[in-house]
Amino acid sequence: MMRRLLAVLHARNLEFLRDRGTLLFTLLLPVMVVIGMGFVFGGPQRPLFKVGVLAERIEPGTSSFLRERYVQFVPEARAEQAESRLAHQQLDLLVDLHPPVRYWVNSDSPKGYIAERLLLAAEPAARREAVRGAALRYVDWLFPGILGMNMMFSCLFGVGYVVLRYRKSGFLKRLHATPLSAFEFLSAQVLSRLLLILVVTTILYLGIGAIIGFHSAGSPSLLVLVAVLSALSMIALGLTIAARFSSEELVGGLLNLLTWPMMLLSGIWFSLEGSPRWVQWGAHVFPLTHALDAARAVMLDGAGLRQIGPNLLYLAATALAFLAFGAWSFRWRID
Amino acid sequence: MSAPLLEVSDLVKQYPATTAVAGVSFAVPEGICFGLLGPNGAGKTTTVEIMEGILPPTAGQVRYRGEPLGTRFREEAGILFQKTALQDFLTVRQSLALFRGLYQRGLEVEDVIRLCALEKLANRESRKLSGGQQQRLLLAIALVNDPAVLFLDEPTTGLDPQARRSFWDLVQSIKARRKTIILTTHYMEEAELLCDDIAIMDRGRLVARGAPRQLLHEHFAAVLLELPRQDFPAQARELPLTVIEGTERVEISTHDLDGTLRLLLQAQVPLARLRIRPANLEDLFLELTGKELRA
Repeated sequence: MMRRLLAVLHARNLEFLRDRGTLLFTLLLPVMVVIGMGFVFGGPQRPLFKVGVLAERIEPGTSSFLRERYVQFVPEARAEQAESRLAHQQLDLLVDLHPPVRYWVNSDSPKGYIAERLLLAAEPAARREAVRGAALRYVDWLFPGILGMNMMFSCLFGVGYVVLRYRKSGFLKRLHATPLSAFEFLSAQVLSRLLLILVVTTILYLGIGAIIGFHSAGSPSLLVLVAVLSALSMIALGLTIAARFSSEELVGGLLNLLTWPMMLLSGIWFSLEGSPRWVQWGAHVFPLTHALDAARAVMLDGAGLRQIGPNLLYLAATALAFLAFGAWSFRWRID
Repeated sequence: MSAPLLEVSDLVKQYPATTAVAGVSFAVPEGICFGLLGPNGAGKTTTVEIMEGILPPTAGQVRYRGEPLGTRFREEAGILFQKTALQDFLTVRQSLALFRGLYQRGLEVEDVIRLCALEKLANRESRKLSGGQQQRLLLAIALVNDPAVLFLDEPTTGLDPQARRSFWDLVQSIKARRKTIILTTHYMEEAELLCDDIAIMDRGRLVARGAPRQLLHEHFAAVLLELPRQDFPAQARELPLTVIEGTERVEISTHDLDGTLRLLLQAQVPLARLRIRPANLEDLFLELTGKELRA
């Protein structure tokens, strides 16, 4: 038994070592993950609570509350903007430490409740103020993120692996012998997946809406436009990965390399408010960040076309750029 | 012969470690079945894939109706590769409709289904077809644009004898429609039955070109004497005979049957298992390349 096992083990190892793209990627991925995680999560212990302080600059001597550990204090110059962030659960608590001390808390936020206890322990006389406008639940903020995440996986993996399978089976080679161009083939794949994603997203949107209800202030047609452009951009991104390669391991690794940073940095689960500026800028490279920014602006704030125009333009431009690159680098057959 | 439909000029395909095609030139007139024969690794599939326009040559050119391969060629060529997977969950009719949709003109799907005797399988998913049935579907796909030129790359490899004969009948019916066919094959019987003209390749080069009968006439005398290799002793190799040695048998080509038999008897060659037969393409191939066709 051991001889047979070793024979198969040896053959598999040889196969892996000779697939240079996969080998290189397998060696590089852990290094890249370590570097990435170090940048994003390195430095001092991450705070548990995010508290906005109405001030141009935070003076630690103003209140003993500002010396609480595991609380990140973010200076907020404009009260209205800070209240909006509180309502959207991007802040757990908002405080004005100028006497008389006042604070605002989202009553639907569990973290806001704890942060409020901490504030009252340090500033017992602090007065609670009413939050203007509708206070949103965490689920209202999270919901677009969940839809976006589902869309991201479906776009990237759904299309990437299908093209890879077609190439390995020789089906692409057969199509290449027809008048079909790479751009036509890729566009058909994009449209097919887009249709599927729109149907699934609509079912999720309506289904979850019916079960738990969520806040949606903006135009449904604008949301559809956001969904279409987001899906187009991410499907085209998946195709650029699958356009060339023939190794499942390599394509799977590259797709993971794209999805994990998007999962962590595009704002699916938590806001990047208070993160280093370069992380926030870096996150805007990903189509998913623009998709979620636009969807949340429409759903939570009732934003119109003008407000989310830059996000939509970015999504449309990346969709075209990825598709053009995919068509240019496309391989019909295994070299 | 009519003007060439396809012209291959000085074709070279170089890979880092090997030269697959080393300067091949030939022309294929319209309306014939042209066979490209050769052992594994001779370069015939590479040559055909360059002719099909799916593999770029390192040097040389392929012209279709006097023009470099382009949109017109893709519209007018039908191709059956050695191995092609289809979309598993599409039925025969749906697969044909898919490919019909890729061409501006062609046959009606139902006509192709009838032509390839696929009526009873039309609603069956392609993954549920047998090897022979799949090959008929792939041929139907190759015919869906009513091609002027049809490439068949080892179309019957792996089929059982019955499926092979049924496939040959189909190809004969396509030939009757005056289509130009480019066929690569391992099977000499297939080449002899279907091809009007053949080219034999070895080590990336053409070693013979012509009509099968003409080539046999040029290279062989009237008869071949065939003996098992173990019946051909060392001393017999010194005889003044034209001998072709295969892995299991020895063949002697001769104009003078009586004289050759006399010589063999004098050399004490046992003749109990001797066979006398006319030369065929397999013999021609063996003589030209020194290899068995399926080596």
